[in-house]
Amino acid sequence: MSTGSQPPETALGRAGRWGLTAFAAAGFVYLFLPIAVIVVYSFNKPRGKFNIIWQEFTLDNWKSPFAPGPLTDAMVLSLKVAAISAVVATILGTLMALALVRYRFRGGVLIGLLLVLPITTPEIVMGSSLATLFISRGVQRGFVTILIAHVLFCTSFVALTVKARIRGFDWNLEDAAMDLGASPWRTFSRVTLPLITPGILAAGLLSFALSIDDFIITFFNSGSEETFPLRIFGASRTQISPQINVLSTVVLLGSITLMLVGVVFRRRTDGH
Amino acid sequence: MTSRGGEDRSKRSAGIVPYGLLSPGILWLLLFFLVPLVTLGRTSLSVKASRFDPNDIRLTWELSNYTNAIGDYSEQFLRSFAYAGIATVACILIGYPIAYVIAFRGGRYRNVLLGLVVIPFFTSFLIRTLAWVNVLSDKGPVVSAIEYLQFSGLLESLGIMSDGRLLSTHTAVVGGLTYNFLPFMILPIYVSLEKIDLGLADAAKDLYNNGWQAFRKVVLPLSLPGLFAGSLLTFIPASGDFVNAKFLGGPRNTMIGSVIQDRFLVQGDLPTAAALSFMLMIIMTIGTLIYARMLGTDDLI
Repeated sequence: MSTGSQPPETALGRAGRWGLTAFAAAGFVYLFLPIAVIVVYSFNKPRGKFNIIWQEFTLDNWKSPFAPGPLTDAMVLSLKVAAISAVVATILGTLMALALVRYRFRGGVLIGLLLVLPITTPEIVMGSSLATLFISRGVQRGFVTILIAHVLFCTSFVALTVKARIRGFDWNLEDAAMDLGASPWRTFSRVTLPLITPGILAAGLLSFALSIDDFIITFFNSGSEETFPLRIFGASRTQISPQINVLSTVVLLGSITLMLVGVVFRRRTDGH
Repeated sequence: MTSRGGEDRSKRSAGIVPYGLLSPGILWLLLFFLVPLVTLGRTSLSVKASRFDPNDIRLTWELSNYTNAIGDYSEQFLRSFAYAGIATVACILIGYPIAYVIAFRGGRYRNVLLGLVVIPFFTSFLIRTLAWVNVLSDKGPVVSAIEYLQFSGLLESLGIMSDGRLLSTHTAVVGGLTYNFLPFMILPIYVSLEKIDLGLADAAKDLYNNGWQAFRKVVLPLSLPGLFAGSLLTFIPASGDFVNAKFLGGPRNTMIGSVIQDRFLVQGDLPTAAALSFMLMIIMTIGTLIYARMLGTDDLI
């Protein structure tokens, strides 16, 4: 359409370019809008039980973010569940990824399918089917059943993440170490483990994040236990206190710190 | 293809070792994923044996569970797929440009921008959704702005608002779904865009002498795998969700997840809940396979 001989950029092209960047900037505003609301409302002094309408500024909510009570208990439970299920899922998933990447064996396609299915199954189906199993076997739902469910959905994510990360590594290094007289265990701890550690750490963090935020599957399999998301769901019917906003702001800051630590750590390991 | 061959050659056959590594994970997936699905299937064909104990059920090949469920809840099924579909399209429209700008214009700030995409999702899913209740509430900023600009009549006739409210409308539920699943769209698209050689994109621009043509003929086809993965990661969880419908919608906007949750946990009607769950899973699986065929991508992740 343009008749000029290779113009550097048409006016329309430039407008499009700026328009696109402006659109993306607006997209970021959209992403952060509710986050801003959460942080701002942690300084609100609500009238009544629901922290929905802005009344007046106060620092009171921030005086004791971890005041003992159901909300703090729920947070502690969530952290416990997330830590344990991240560790278990990371071990199970990493072993599977190693087998899939390193070895030739029958049934690899089936196993790949078995790993993808939990990710493409709606959470409500996974949650309700697991609960049906527990009910039909007369298993009391509680802490252990929450863990079982969380390990289940985290394992697939770990296996696929680690698999993607360690594909294409130079495994001949292992042979070299063995040729030089290293024992299998020493080879694993000195050669294999350092190679796969960044992938494992990333997968572990992903598991932790998935577990701590899971609501639907936990809702079906928790019995009388209350994780943080469950507590918020329960509270949303009767009372939404500013402490919820304070705690989420704390979690947000904590996660950002962790992320920055991760970045620094990666810079350092890339450095040498 | 060639890399596949190279990868295969570096693999070793070591008898039972791979099975040893796989068995704990496989066992977990079999016991707590496949076996429950079988139990769910059985329950969906059973009847409640006792009026008082909801957990006492008997297998009678009760197909009427399915016909009743379809008869009673086809509306919620259709609504779920419509909401999830619109939310997925909205996620593409919002997410693709963001991923594109980060991948091609981000320069050295790419990782920072990616971090900014992820950070909002470090807060709990429920709290984010409750924050939208604040934003969209009747005396909240959005409704006030609409009233001030006197747009409410227009928005009502478009079906975006109803009775001067944004809460308890289709718009609020779809908006909540769009927001909550947006990163699952942005990240896969970004990953597929990032792999595209910048030189290739430039060559396409020279060839077509038109940015849009170059995008349509070169960049877009190369990003299809990301688009595919992103749509699945958005559509599947969105269609089974009930939190957005609960917080942002009203009684007229319930989704199939709301029904399953209510039947299972509130009414203790396991057979109906199981039939609904099972149908949802079958529809999702068939839909995913058709979609994969259509886009011609075999790799899910």
